[in-house]
Amino acid sequence: MVAPFDEMNGFGGEVRAPYKAFAEWLGIQHLDTLRQKTAEAEVLFRRSGITFAVYGAEEASERLIPFDILPRIISAEEWRRLELGIEQRVRALNAFLYDIYHRQEILKAGKIPEELVIQNSAFLPEMIGVDPPRGIYSHIIGVDLVRTGENDFMVLEDNTRTPSGVSYMLENRETMMHLFPDLFSRNRVRPVENYPDALLKTLESVAPSNLDAEPTIALLTPGIYNSAYFEHSFLADQMGVDLVESSDLVVIDGSLRMKTTEGLKRVDVLYRRVDDDFLDPLVFEPTSLLGVPGIFDVYRSGRVTIVNAPGAGIADDKAIYSYIPAIIEFYTGKAPILANVETYSCREPDSLKYVLDHLGELVVKEVHGSGGYGMLVGPKSTSEQIEAFRAKLLANPKNYIAQPTLSLSTCPTLADTSVAPRHLDLRPFVLIGDQVRLMPGGLTRVALKKGSLVVNSSQGGGTKDTWVLQE
Amino acid sequence: MLGRTANDLYWLSRYIERAENMARLLEVGYRIVLLPREGEGFHEEWRSTLESAGCLHGYVQRHGELISQNVIDYMLFDTANPSSVASCLAAARRNGRAQRTALTREMWESLNSSWLEFSAIRPSAVTSNSLPELLDWVRSRSALYRGAMLNTILRNDTFYFSQVGTFIERADSTARILDVKYYHLLPSSEMVGGEKDNYQWAALLRSVSAHRSYRWVFKDHYRPLKIADFMILNRQMPRSLRSCYDELSAALRDLAVLYGVRHDCQTTAESTRDLLLEADIQNIFQSGLHEFVQEFIARNNKLGNEISAAYHFTD
Repeated sequence: MVAPFDEMNGFGGEVRAPYKAFAEWLGIQHLDTLRQKTAEAEVLFRRSGITFAVYGAEEASERLIPFDILPRIISAEEWRRLELGIEQRVRALNAFLYDIYHRQEILKAGKIPEELVIQNSAFLPEMIGVDPPRGIYSHIIGVDLVRTGENDFMVLEDNTRTPSGVSYMLENRETMMHLFPDLFSRNRVRPVENYPDALLKTLESVAPSNLDAEPTIALLTPGIYNSAYFEHSFLADQMGVDLVESSDLVVIDGSLRMKTTEGLKRVDVLYRRVDDDFLDPLVFEPTSLLGVPGIFDVYRSGRVTIVNAPGAGIADDKAIYSYIPAIIEFYTGKAPILANVETYSCREPDSLKYVLDHLGELVVKEVHGSGGYGMLVGPKSTSEQIEAFRAKLLANPKNYIAQPTLSLSTCPTLADTSVAPRHLDLRPFVLIGDQVRLMPGGLTRVALKKGSLVVNSSQGGGTKDTWVLQE
Repeated sequence: MLGRTANDLYWLSRYIERAENMARLLEVGYRIVLLPREGEGFHEEWRSTLESAGCLHGYVQRHGELISQNVIDYMLFDTANPSSVASCLAAARRNGRAQRTALTREMWESLNSSWLEFSAIRPSAVTSNSLPELLDWVRSRSALYRGAMLNTILRNDTFYFSQVGTFIERADSTARILDVKYYHLLPSSEMVGGEKDNYQWAALLRSVSAHRSYRWVFKDHYRPLKIADFMILNRQMPRSLRSCYDELSAALRDLAVLYGVRHDCQTTAESTRDLLLEADIQNIFQSGLHEFVQEFIARNNKLGNEISAAYHFTD
């Protein structure tokens, strides 16, 4: 088997251009020094409280995501192309959302099977005819990219609901600048620190249009026990907005209010990190304690903006994913700049047959799954695991999609006994409001186990700082 | 600011202050227990220590008999005791974590590392030799948090609610100590000024960290009237009831200015402060030290409730 593309060494031979200065530096570091720095990084993360909760793990309910101190580096030229591709994609995704909640032209044109949208649980009929400010549904999108060669970046999935991880992008950079100031003087790395400011501008730009004062913005968290609570409080803090829980909110006289020390105060823009289902017990999940009764009516009447909009999740549904190239062409009239990964939808008999015949080579995922749970990585599984999965797949084919096992690119990573290549992906964060704002960087997730292709933090993945170099 | 945020900040400060008070009371109690004495006197000492800390009832239910090791464990580590140092640090951190956005990085980091370090201590590893060091550590962590707050926080409602929590708790603590040990200050039929009295008076002052400052202020031997005056009415002593109410009424006044509204709590705090300002220790002794202290505790509780209601802590 051919070695995968390596971010530093390509397919072998010379060190790639963006890594030249870094490779020189790495060449003269002692393993012990790097280990020492890793330990220092861990102390910094622990102290700042940047932890995540693991569902189902009672013991270590607050764990650190392992941080690898060797950065992932992207050249200015590579980034320019990604930037164009991402902007094209997120504009098309929002155009798609607007369309399916209004005239549904794309369905009428037969570009996507109608039932795939209409009968999808992520499609919210309640959103039909609702007009969010500026026609934007998904204001904050995390685009998961993988790479297999010098020019081969592909989109593995879009996250149009409540993408998380941006706090790691910011804290990883802070930590790196603290630990390795000399590295930053040798490499011209574009800053990412103005993300909170860009997020605030984005949120302000989508406030209801007829306000009599500056918009009041709040961030809604499910609470302290949520796995991403640190990120919620981090972002609220960095933006200087209130971090609210559902019990702090109430709907009175047709507007959303929060309970403050001075009485009730109107909220104009709610950046919610609570899923659609839990948003409003009167409209969605009736037993939800995380939501605010009546908030959906306030939203529908245009008196509060919910970010991201309810129903935005249909755009990142795995069943819709394989139609994204068609969606991009339909709304932009241009071919996609960033490719999709080839995808077999098991709901289609031909595809299902192919998937069943090639289970040992494919990655099979649940349509509504996330976080790396409930998936099969064929080449890394035993024949028993494959057969067990085959039974699940046959029982409910509609619930699965399959993709070829990609040879994800690798990057030098500090392993037990040496610096060794490990597979990774990349999640840049993009904001869509009065303009599209893309941070030069993102969250690089790395599979720390040798040979592993699963980068999710819940499955033993770690993160790296992501550098985009200046021209 | 959210009402919930104000509530959490208020309690965060109270728990930090309480952890410190627990450590101080335990230190004083332990000191006295170590003194040579005849008979079972140490029982009485632990009883009044637990009572001053407000956890005698809970202790008796859990352990029954008063045994030094159990008392230490109950006041330091027992999470079934809501006022143990372990419980206070955990609750303070939980409140801080819920209000991470209201705290500065310095405040959060001191809070978080106190909790992490304390959680790493194995109770069985604490010996009578290492106990004083551990108690010192608890007090220094409380001081670190207060210092971080005073040095880094914006002077707005975040600061005011934190101050209010600290001084309500401190006033309560000083008053409870007086409530439990007031009789050591009363003139008795026995000869006053014996060795035992001196120990008790020193212990009383130690339990509010004032045994040295007393000398600086009065340049005199320990005398019950002066001790009471120092703990209740003295403006300079940072744990006196008067000092607490100077701080409380200042913080509440600033809140009223910030929000442009006065509530009942401002009036209550100021009237209690005026009472302490005008009172005379001789008169307090004449009309009853114990009654005075009990009335103060009731007023202090009332103030806490009024603050909670005025600023929508829980509704």
